[in-house]
Order: sequence, then C-alpha cells, then structure tokens
Amino acid sequence: MAKVTIDGRVIEVPDGITILQAARMIGPEVAPPTMCYHSKLKTSGGYCRTCLVEVTKSSEKDPRPMPKLVASCRTDVMDGMEVGNLSSPKVIEARKSVVEFLLLNHPLDCPICDQAGECHLQDLSYEHGSSKTRTDFERRTFEKISIGEKIQLHMTRCILCYRCVKVAEQITDGRVHGVINRGDHSEISTYIEQAIDNDFSGNMIDVCPVGALTDKTFRFKSRVWFTKPVLAHRNCEKCSGNVNLWFKGDEVLRVTGRKDQWGEVEEFICNTCRYDKKATSDWTVEGPSPVNRHSVISANHYEVFTKPTEFKLNDVKPLSIQEGDKS
Amino acid sequence: MSDIKFSEDTLAAANKIIARYPEGKHKSALIPLLHLAQAEFDGWLSLAAMDYVASLLNIQSIEAYEVASFYSMFNLNPVGKCLIEVCRTSSCWLRGANEIIEHIEKKYGIKEGETTADGMFTLKTVECLGSCGTAPMMMVGAQFHENLSYEKVDSILENCQSDNKRKTYLDKVVINQY
Amino acid sequence: MGKKILLAHDHVPGIQGYEVYRQNGGYASVEKAVKSMSAEALVEEVKKSGLRGRGGAGFPTGNKWNFLAKPEGVARYLVCNADESEPGTFKDRYLMSRIPHILVEGMITSSFALGVNTAYIYIRGEYYYIVSILEKAIEEAYANGWLGKNILGSGYNLDLYLHVGAGAYICGEETALLESLEGKRGNPRIKPPFPAIAGLYGCPTVVNNVETLAAVPFIVNNGGEAYAQIGIGKSAGTKLISASGHINKPGVYEIEMGITVEDFIYSDEYCGGILNGKKLKAVVAGGSSVPILPADKILTTPSGEKRLMSYESLADGGFASGTMLGSGGFIVMDETTSIVENLFTFARFYHHESCGQCSPCREGTAWMEKILHKMIDGHGTIEDVDLLWEIQAKIEGNTICPLGDAAAWPVASAIRHFRSEFEEYVRNPNSIKVVRHYDSTQNLVNA
Repeated sequence: MAKVTIDGRVIEVPDGITILQAARMIGPEVAPPTMCYHSKLKTSGGYCRTCLVEVTKSSEKDPRPMPKLVASCRTDVMDGMEVGNLSSPKVIEARKSVVEFLLLNHPLDCPICDQAGECHLQDLSYEHGSSKTRTDFERRTFEKISIGEKIQLHMTRCILCYRCVKVAEQITDGRVHGVINRGDHSEISTYIEQAIDNDFSGNMIDVCPVGALTDKTFRFKSRVWFTKPVLAHRNCEKCSGNVNLWFKGDEVLRVTGRKDQWGEVEEFICNTCRYDKKATSDWTVEGPSPVNRHSVISANHYEVFTKPTEFKLNDVKPLSIQEGDKS
Repeated sequence: MSDIKFSEDTLAAANKIIARYPEGKHKSALIPLLHLAQAEFDGWLSLAAMDYVASLLNIQSIEAYEVASFYSMFNLNPVGKCLIEVCRTSSCWLRGANEIIEHIEKKYGIKEGETTADGMFTLKTVECLGSCGTAPMMMVGAQFHENLSYEKVDSILENCQSDNKRKTYLDKVVINQY
Repeated sequence: MGKKILLAHDHVPGIQGYEVYRQNGGYASVEKAVKSMSAEALVEEVKKSGLRGRGGAGFPTGNKWNFLAKPEGVARYLVCNADESEPGTFKDRYLMSRIPHILVEGMITSSFALGVNTAYIYIRGEYYYIVSILEKAIEEAYANGWLGKNILGSGYNLDLYLHVGAGAYICGEETALLESLEGKRGNPRIKPPFPAIAGLYGCPTVVNNVETLAAVPFIVNNGGEAYAQIGIGKSAGTKLISASGHINKPGVYEIEMGITVEDFIYSDEYCGGILNGKKLKAVVAGGSSVPILPADKILTTPSGEKRLMSYESLADGGFASGTMLGSGGFIVMDETTSIVENLFTFARFYHHESCGQCSPCREGTAWMEKILHKMIDGHGTIEDVDLLWEIQAKIEGNTICPLGDAAAWPVASAIRHFRSEFEEYVRNPNSIKVVRHYDSTQNLVNA
C-alpha cells in the first residue's frame, strides 16, 4: 500500500496504480481532467497533457520534488508521495496552456457539432481554459475523407488522443485506421477511402472525447440535451447488451455504451446494438441513466432522476483498476 | 492489391533484411523494405507498393501507411527522376541555401515542391542533412553535393539531365550488398 | 595540439579499410576484452573513464550501462544511435565515413561488456551513402572473426546489423529510435520504463551515440584512468566538434576538452577565425537546441574568466548567461547575421520534426514558426515577441520528450539575449531587406 497526498487529501492506495487513479479514488474534486487517458484502454494516456500534476515530494524514501510536471495518468504513486493538482499554481498555468494549445486549431464549431453538450473539450475549456484566444492565424483544415457508412469523421475537431486507434487495436479484430502524417499534420485516417467495418467499430465514437467521430445515424437529429438517456439492456450474442438509449419523446435516436462518472465507456458494445436496435421493444429499460448534475443533459429535464436505484453522485464506485491498465 | 512485385534480387535483399530481426519481430523490416520499394517502383510509394510491402511482412496495410507518411524520405506522390533536396536549416541558410533554392527555382521554372514538365526534376527543401560544415548543400539521390556555388549546381543538374537516369537513395550496389 | 583519440589515424591513407585499420592497432580492444576481461571489469573501466554520452545529453555512459537490467533468459540489446540530425552536427557522419571500423570495434567491445548478442546501428536514412561503407566494414569484421559465432574462440557470439531510418529528427530520441527500429512511427515512448529495463522489443537495451561507442576501444586498451586524465574535470576525454557557419575553416575537430572557446574560434588549428574578417556576433555551441549566446557571453563566463569547451564551463551561468555543450554542433554567426531570421530556420525545423504526439509540442512548434514567419514577412508586432516568449515557456517541461525543450530553448535564448533586435525587426519592417543576413550570393559566385 502507498500513502499518497493529493491537494492535501490523504489516501491509502494499492501499489502500482497511477496518481490519476489515486486522485479519482479520493473524488472528482481532486481528480485531474483527462482527454486521452481511458481506463478501459491499455497504453492510453500521456499525450494530451491535461492531467499534468506537480509532485512536490516523490516518496518517503526520496523526498525530492520531481523536476517537471508529470502526466498523472502515466505516473505511478509511491509511498509518501505528495501531489499538487488544483492547489498548484504551476499546474493551473500549465493546464491553461494545454487548453490553449488544444483549441489553437479547433474550429469552435460547437453550434453545429453533435458532440456539443457532452464534449470533454467544452468542459475542459470552461473549467480550465482562458476566455480569450491569442491567435489570428487561419485554422488547420484537412481533406475530408469518408471512413464508412456509420461513422462521421471531422478531423478538424480531433485532438489526437489516440483513443479510437486503441479501440481499433484492442477491441476490434483488425485495425484499418490510424494516425498518418506527422506533427501538426497528423490525422486520423484510413489513408484511402475505406470503410471501417467491424462489429465493434462503433466504440470509436463513444471513446472520442470531442466531436471528431460522431454517429451518422444520429447526425443533426437533436441536440443531446433535448434527449433523455435511459439505461437498458438486451440479450446480445456479441456484447453485454448493456447500453444507454437516448430518447426524444418515444423515439430512440441513439444507442451508446454506458459511461462512468469520468465519461469513460464502462463496457464496449457491438454495432448491432448501436445501430440496428432502435425500437423500444428491442430493449428492457432499466430506468434513467445517472447524469452528472452539472451536465447540460440534466439541465432541461429529469425530475424523476433518482429512479430506480436512488442514485447519488457519491455512490459511484471507485474506479476499478484494470489489469495492465498502464504500461 | 495490385500485381506489382519486387525483382528477384530485391526480394532476396528484402528477405536478408527481414532475417536481421528476431523471430516474430519482422515488422522491424518495414522501413528498410519501404526504401527498397521506393527505389524499385519509380521513386515513390504508391498504395499498391505499400500494400505489397505490408503483405510481405504480414501486417495491416494501415501500419505501412502510418509509417510511410511519418518519415520525410518517403514520397507518397510521384516525383521527378531526380529529386533535388536542398537543406535550408541554420548553417546552410547562413551560407546561402535560400539563394541556391531561388537559383534552382529560376533555372527550371518550378517552385519548391514542384516537378518540371518533363518529369526530370522535383525540387524539395529539407531540414538539416548533417552537411553543415560544407554548406550550402543539396542531395540528389543518395549523393551529397556540398560547398555549392551556382556554377556547381548548374553542372550537377545538367549532368543529371544528360544522364537521364532515375536517382534514388538506394541503388543496385547497395541492394546487392544486403 | 590536443590529444586525439577518435581521429588519431584519420590522416592514414586507407584507414577506411580493414587491413590498414588493423595495422594501426584496430580491434585490439576486442582481443583484450574477450580474452582477458570480465564484463563487469569492462563496465567498471568505462565508469572510471568518466565518459559521458556524446549525443547531446552528456549522461555518464558507465552509469547507463550499469542500469541495464539482466533478467535470466531475456535477450539484451545494444543499439547505436547514428541518427545524427541535430542541426549543426555532422561529426558522426564524418567518423563513420572516414573510420567505420572504430564504430564496429566499439560496438563489439561494448556488446561484450553488456552481455549482448545482437546489436544494431540505427543510421539516419539521409546517410545512405555511408550504408555501403558501414556494410563493408561489418562484412570485413565478420570475415575476420570479430563478429559472428564464437568470437576469438571465446564462446561469445555477436551479430551486428545496420538499420536505416527514413528521415525523422525525433528518432534521435532513444525511445523514438527504438519504436522506429520496431517498424513503427517514431513516437517517443512515455517513460518510465526506461530502455535499460524495457527497450527494444520490451527487452533491456542500451542506446549509445556513435562517438560514445567509438571512445570505448581507447578506454579498454588504455584503462579508464587514462581516459579520465584527458580533458578537464568532469568533462573527461576528447569531443568531436562540428564547426559551421561564418568561419574560415568549417569541419569536424577532435578537441581535448578544456581548450578555450576563443582559441577554438580564432586559432588556425581549429576554426581559423571569422569569415571575411568580420566580427563575431553569436554562437550556438552545441547544436540547434542549446541556447544561443552573444559574442561576449560565449567567450567569457559570468565571473569574467575565459569560457572553455567543456560541459561545465559552457553551462556556467545557467540559462541566464550560459549554454550547453550538447552534441558539439558549433554554429558561428558573424555581425551581419539576423538573429530573428536564423531563429526562424530553427523554429521551422522543430515544427517540421515534431512527431505530433503531445499537444504542447505539436501545436506550439507550429505556432512559433507561424509567428516568426509573420515577422519575417514584415507583419510582426511587439506583442508577437512577448507571445513567442510565452509560448516557449508553455512548451518547455510539459512535453513527453525533450524535443519540446529543444524547440523552446532557442526561442527563449534568442529573445533573452537579443530582444532589442526583435523589437527593431518588428518596428521597422522596411529595414529588413537592408539588414539582411550575410550576402552569400557574392560568395557563392566566387566560390
């Protein structure tokens, strides 16, 4: 076990977990934001730099501070470690810069983006960014390519978190897309116009933290905050069949995987459940999905929100530590 | 998949290269094999060429695209018979790289990145090639041309023109050496 | 004349070939190591020598070797970093093309010390013409029993292979190099684990620069102590310096560490002074990544002493008034050089070479280049100078690998030491053409 202090809050955690995981165990108030880390995807994290924290004491054995800010998602805890997240001015400053970098070429087309309302970049900018922009250069654009019938790629919105690449690598049985080119020309692509066609490819949409990958079957149908998420399941041969149905009136507009309190998919679902089962009769409805009360999705409705399990935010289980979660 | 294929010699070289890496780690040979493919198939990597290399290594095509598009020596579009690569980073710039580039642009009526109408020359600017002490420099095929003057550039390129052969990084001599 | 170790036989005709190299004492270190020394003793000698990584970081080689994990039944690798791409640096290229066997010998001896049976030389693709030279040297080493099975009857086996890259500065970063060697994009890995624990194919791996490995034969032949005697203080031994820019005698020089910077620039033994009798304006002393220093600061330390060519002396004064020895890429600029325009070439370089994995480097390097480009086009503002300063500060220390720092430092140092020139540059865009850098056109025609 390791005793770790994060923003003055102390917790005992198992050895071999990361600072981020320890922070999440304490609670959302000390957990650094993440854009590229995803607890269900091996080797994810480290790229976006939003979860940088300051280690003011490395460990009981070696009390020196770490010379640079570290990515909390990829740095293991040590016994006696002391970490500054929101209590560190350096971290706040660095995070602000990361937001600025991520938005530098972002089109800011939220008004026409299907992800708006459940976009991690929106949340991140709102919580950690600056309200001004300091660039007047033309923003980066990419040649549009089609990656298939069901998934819409908007490369201009992509922040290169690599999550979709890792989904393709780890969940599907043959990756046909990846990151091509280099530096700020890097892009998610199949290189050639090629359909990503695989039973589990739809999970790329769910793991995308921004509006770069969206569900074509849901495209422009509704703003997400006008839809109501409902937990449901069905017997499925390919996946667990545990999903979120997104209703507008009586109509199911969209099916997605369920997400945990960190916005990360709990269980990956198959494309049949996602795209082909849009009748209420396909599903056994369990009740309203837990929605973070700060989310715009809960802003418009949900008086009967606590049904059926008296859900409270603090009841969310601590994150389970996945085997081989980091490398 | 197209029917492009390595010649026997090149395939033998490819197999020798593959054997340099441990069992099951054959993907290591990807970059060297892409070099072979570029040399063999007209100085650039077509989709078919990359797919072919991927098939030799038994990897997904996307793995070859990802790698080929990362490294600056791989041309993903056709290039002229002679790819002129002029270094323009600090030391070369201090000794007149910009002037050399302008000179070539004027001489052949092309801008950087363009190919002459006869398909002879493509002009490319590159970052430091490690020829700083002999700047300015350019690379044509695998050959470094250093301490350039306008006259020297003229004579080198005119020789290329009359020679009329494709210059690649890898020539037969190296391929046979593998 | 300083002591020469690596280039001691550079003048000998035919030294590129095996016979001549052998006649001049070549491969003695392999004989000595394999026949009479233990691996541990070899590592100990290298530690004693004080040899530090010559690729740029200057990390003690003996310590790096000591960190190599040695789990039972797991292969270990030695990889030579010959991906020399730091602007201003061309020493490895010189050494490999002139005396290829010194690298081969250094690798064999080092591999034996590390208990490695397979070693690779990762050479940058642009050095394809050296591939033939090295392949030949390796072939000769095999033919003469220095490589392969049961070397000199010792039972020790070693295979050495060349691996050619394809144009990516980032592959000089050791974990990016390993990714590339595995046939992937040259994206640096997130550390830990370090290569000494999990490197090539997940196995313990040592990555050393060409010049570092080439110094090993001397250390083994003469003892670590003898090497430590050369040089000054913690800057033991000799260093290859690649000298370029506005000097009379550009080229690669092997210096004994501790000579003065002034001597290096002005003496006829080395750079031979500034081209065309002009005045010295600035020097980038260790490759493009290290801070640029104005003439007075590169020649003297903050305490007023003459600055020396050594790790410590060049770094004296920290980033406020010092720099780094880095890779030894010594770029000299005369009084007519525009610092802003030179910085633009660096910024363009780092933008071009950023792998794009992490956001501060991917976005920041591109942003800095755009701002400098705007300045050069005559549209810069004073605010742009401040913005550049802030962007570099936001990149530094916040990236996965050192490329972010390498991109930030040149910008920071140029503004720190030449801020007035930036201000002048953006205030009087019309004067830009007049203060244009060294008029190379004339020189070219006369060359």
